[in-house]
Amino acid sequence: MLATEIFQRLSSEFGEKVLGLFDQQPSDPAISIAPEAIFDICHTLRDDEEMQFDYLMSLSGLDLGEKLGMVYHLCSMQLGHRIVIKAEVDKANPIVPSVERLWRTADWHERETYDLVGIHFEGHHNMIRILCPYDWEGHPLRKDYQVPEMYHGMKVTY
Amino acid sequence: MSEKKRLDLEYSQLDSDRMRINVGPQHPSTHGVLRLEVEVDGEIVTEVVPHLGYLHRSFEKHCESMTYQQIIPYIDRMDYISAMNSEWPYVMALEKMLDIKVPEKVEYLRVIVAELNRIANHQIAVATFGLDAGAFTPFLFYFRDREFIIWILEKLSGARLLYNYFRVGGMAADIYNGFREDCLSVIEKVRKTNAEVMDLLIYNRIFIQRTANVGILTPDVAINYACSGPVLRGSGVAYDLRRNEPYSIYDRFDFDIPVGKGEVGVVGDCWNRNMVRMHEMEQSCRIIEQALEQMPMEGDVKANVPRRIKVPKSEVYMRAENPKGEVGFYVVGNGTDKPERLKARGASFVNLSVIPEISKGYMFADLILILGSIDIVLGEVDR
Amino acid sequence: MESTNFVWDLMGRNLGGVLIVISLPLFFVLLYALIAILAELKISAWIQERLGPMRTGPWGILQPVAEVIKLLQKEDITPDQSSKLLYNLAPFIIFTGAYAAFAVIPFSEAFVPADINLGLFYVFAIGSISAMGIVMGGWASNNKYSLMGAMRSVSQLISYEIPAAMAILSVVVLASSMNMQEISRAQGGGFWNWYIFGGPGTWTKIWVVPFTFGLTIIYFIASLAETNRVPFDIPEGESELVAGFHTEYSGMKFAMFFFAEYANMFVVAAVLTTIFLGGWNSPFGDFMQGPWWGSFWFILKSFVVVLFQIWIRWTLPRFRVDQLMYVGWKVLLPLSFVCFMAISLFVMLK
Repeated sequence: MLATEIFQRLSSEFGEKVLGLFDQQPSDPAISIAPEAIFDICHTLRDDEEMQFDYLMSLSGLDLGEKLGMVYHLCSMQLGHRIVIKAEVDKANPIVPSVERLWRTADWHERETYDLVGIHFEGHHNMIRILCPYDWEGHPLRKDYQVPEMYHGMKVTY
Repeated sequence: MSEKKRLDLEYSQLDSDRMRINVGPQHPSTHGVLRLEVEVDGEIVTEVVPHLGYLHRSFEKHCESMTYQQIIPYIDRMDYISAMNSEWPYVMALEKMLDIKVPEKVEYLRVIVAELNRIANHQIAVATFGLDAGAFTPFLFYFRDREFIIWILEKLSGARLLYNYFRVGGMAADIYNGFREDCLSVIEKVRKTNAEVMDLLIYNRIFIQRTANVGILTPDVAINYACSGPVLRGSGVAYDLRRNEPYSIYDRFDFDIPVGKGEVGVVGDCWNRNMVRMHEMEQSCRIIEQALEQMPMEGDVKANVPRRIKVPKSEVYMRAENPKGEVGFYVVGNGTDKPERLKARGASFVNLSVIPEISKGYMFADLILILGSIDIVLGEVDR
Repeated sequence: MESTNFVWDLMGRNLGGVLIVISLPLFFVLLYALIAILAELKISAWIQERLGPMRTGPWGILQPVAEVIKLLQKEDITPDQSSKLLYNLAPFIIFTGAYAAFAVIPFSEAFVPADINLGLFYVFAIGSISAMGIVMGGWASNNKYSLMGAMRSVSQLISYEIPAAMAILSVVVLASSMNMQEISRAQGGGFWNWYIFGGPGTWTKIWVVPFTFGLTIIYFIASLAETNRVPFDIPEGESELVAGFHTEYSGMKFAMFFFAEYANMFVVAAVLTTIFLGGWNSPFGDFMQGPWWGSFWFILKSFVVVLFQIWIRWTLPRFRVDQLMYVGWKVLLPLSFVCFMAISLFVMLK
C-alpha cells in the first residue's frame, strides 16, 4: 500500500485529525496527525486488514523549537510496506496518548522519549526515566537544555 | 480445636518471603553493566525489572554537535561487537539523503566486511551463551577463531574493534593484497570450529536440558515487542531485512534464512535462538564466498566520497539487518553539516525489553541463560 | 597382626609419633594442592588449545606457588554486616572436615594414620562437616548470593551422599569389612581382583561385574556432586551466583575454601581408589608390590581420578538445580539400589 493510499484511508476515517502528507524525496513519506488522535489512528493502522502495521520500528522525539515532535516509524511484516507518522505537541503541555497498549515495544521507546525529550505519554503504565538516573532533572535532548553543574555533590563533566 | 486443625493453621502461616536480588551492574553474566532487579520465590523468578543507563554516553546529544563524518566513530561504540554492521545503515541513510551512488566494488566490500563481522558477533554470542551455561571450552575455541576475523578487519581498517571504516559514498581504505585468500581461509576455520562446537556444546545433553523449553518467546509476542534478528527468527518468523527489504546488493546472493525449527524443545526457546546463530554463521560464509567471486578488483573505493557533507532539509529512517537484529538510524538534516537530530534504534535495546515478559516462572539460573540467548551489548542498549 | 603404620614401628606410640602421623598427610595435602592447581591450569589450557601459565618458572610450574603468595598478600575482608564469628570460623571448619577424612585414608600397606574398623563410615560422617561449614559461611556472609549458594550446596551434598553411600555399602557387603585397610588388602593379586571388576573370587563373579562397574561410575558422579565440581558446581555456579557461598571471602580465608575443595577432591578420589580400584595394590599381582610401591600406586590411581574430575570440568556445561536433584534422586539413587540388591543377592547365594 502506498503512502498516498494510506493517507486517503486515514483521512476518510478520521477527517481533520489527519493533517497532511509529506512525500518528498529523499525523505520517507510521512503522515502528519493531531497529537490527541495518536492512539486511535495507530489502532486503525495496526488492525486494519489492508494496512496491518504490526511492527513499530522506532519511536523518536524531536525538539522543533516551539513544539515537540513525535515520529513513529511503522512497518508491516505481512505486507511489507512502511509509513512514518508524525505529530507535534506544545512544549508547555507535552501530553500525548501512549501507544504502549498497541505495541509493547513502545514501552521503552516512550520512556526514552520522556527521559530525553520530555514528552509525557498518557496511559503508559510506568512513565519513569530509563537512560538517565531516576532523579535527573531536565530533558537532555531539548535544544535549550543546560547541563547541570552538580549532581548529588558530584561535578558533571561534559 | 482439634490437633489437625491447629496444624493446618500453622502451615498457612508458613508464608515464605520472596527475595529481591540485584543482578548487576557488577555481575559476571549480565554481559556488561546491566542491572536486573529480580524477585525470586526460592529459585523461581517471579519478577524482573531491568534498570538501564549505566553505560549511557549521550550519543544522540553528542551527535547534534558533530559533523556527519565525525559521528561514524561514535556509532562504532554503540554495538562494539559488530561495529562494521552498525556503521552501514548510517552511511546508507546519508547516501540516500545526498543521493550518492556507491561504486560496485564498495558494495561488495561492504557486504564482505559486514558478513565477516556478523560471524565474529555470532561467535561471541554463542561462546558467551555457552559460558552462561557453564561450558568454558567452546568460549575459548570461538575466541581463538574470532581473532583471525579481527586480523582481516584490522588489516583493512587499522583497528581491531572500533573500525571507523565506512565512509559516506565509499570506504576508508581499499583492500590489501591477499584479502581474498585470508577470507577464504577464515571461512574454512569458521566451519571447522562450528562443527566442533556442534558436537561439544550444542548437542550436548546437559546443554539441551538447560536451554530447550526455556524462555519461550512466541511469534506474536516477539513481533509485538518488535524483536528482530535471531531473537525473532528463533521464534520461527522468517523475517530478515536482507531478504525482505533487500538493501545494498543482498538481492544478488543466494542464501537461506535460518529459523528456529523446534528440532529440540519448542520453537522460540533459548536453544532455538542459539541454533539460528549457528546456522547464520554458515549462511554468512556462503555470502562471503559468493561476494568474493563476484567482486570487481579494480576501482577506487573513495571515488564518490564527498569532502564536505551538507545534508538538505530531509529526514530518513534507514535500517539494516545487524547480527543482533534491526539497527535503524533516523537522521534529520537541517541544511548544515551537523544533524538536527539523530536517533539510533538499537537492536539490543528493543530485544532486551522482552526480558521481563519471557523470564517469569523460570528458575533463577534460566534467567541468566535467557539473557544470554538474547545477545545484548550494553553499549547499544544505553547508547 | 602386623602394624599398619610405619611411624609406630619406628618411633613408638608417643607424642612425637602422633605429631608426625598427623602432619604427614598435611604436608601431602599442601603439596598435592599445588600440583592439582597446576594440573587444573595446564589441563584446561591443553583442552582449550592454549599454553596455560608459561612465565613463572620453566613451563609455568611455579604458578601455583605464585597464586598462593598472591592469596596470602590479599586484604582479608570481613563484611561489616556479617556474623563475624561464624564468618571467620567457616573456612576452618570446611578445611577441618576435608582434612580429618585423611585420618583413615590408607596410603600404603604400611601407612594409614588411624586404622579404625569403621573407616568408610568415618569418611562419610566427617565429610558432612564441610556441609556445615558451607552453610555457616553462606549464611554468615549476609549476602543473598552466598545464602542461595549455601542452600543449594547443602541440598546437593545430602542428596548425593545417598547414592554414594549405596555404592560404598555394596563394597562393604562384598568385603565384609568397613576397614579401608582390610578392603585394600582383599583386592590384592592383580587388577582383576579389584572391586570394580567384582573383587576376588571365582569365575562366578562375572555376574556381579556389571553392577560393581556401574557402582564405580555412580560413585564417581556422586563424588563430583559432593565436591561441587562441574557439572554439579551449582553452589558456586559462577554465571548466576557470582561465586556462591564464598562470594564475600577474600585472601587467606578464600584460600582455605580453595584448599578444602582440592583436598575434598582427593578424599573422594582416594575413597574411590580404595574401594573400587584396589587401593595400594599393584595392578600386576606381585610385580611392583610392597609398602613403598603401594603408596606410589595409591597416589597414582587417586591422581588419575582427580584428572578425570578436571577433564570433566572443562568439557561439560553445568546442570540446573532441579535437574541436579532429578539426577540424584530419580536416576542415581534407584540405580544404586538395584546394584546394591543385586550384589547382596550374589553374596547371599555364593
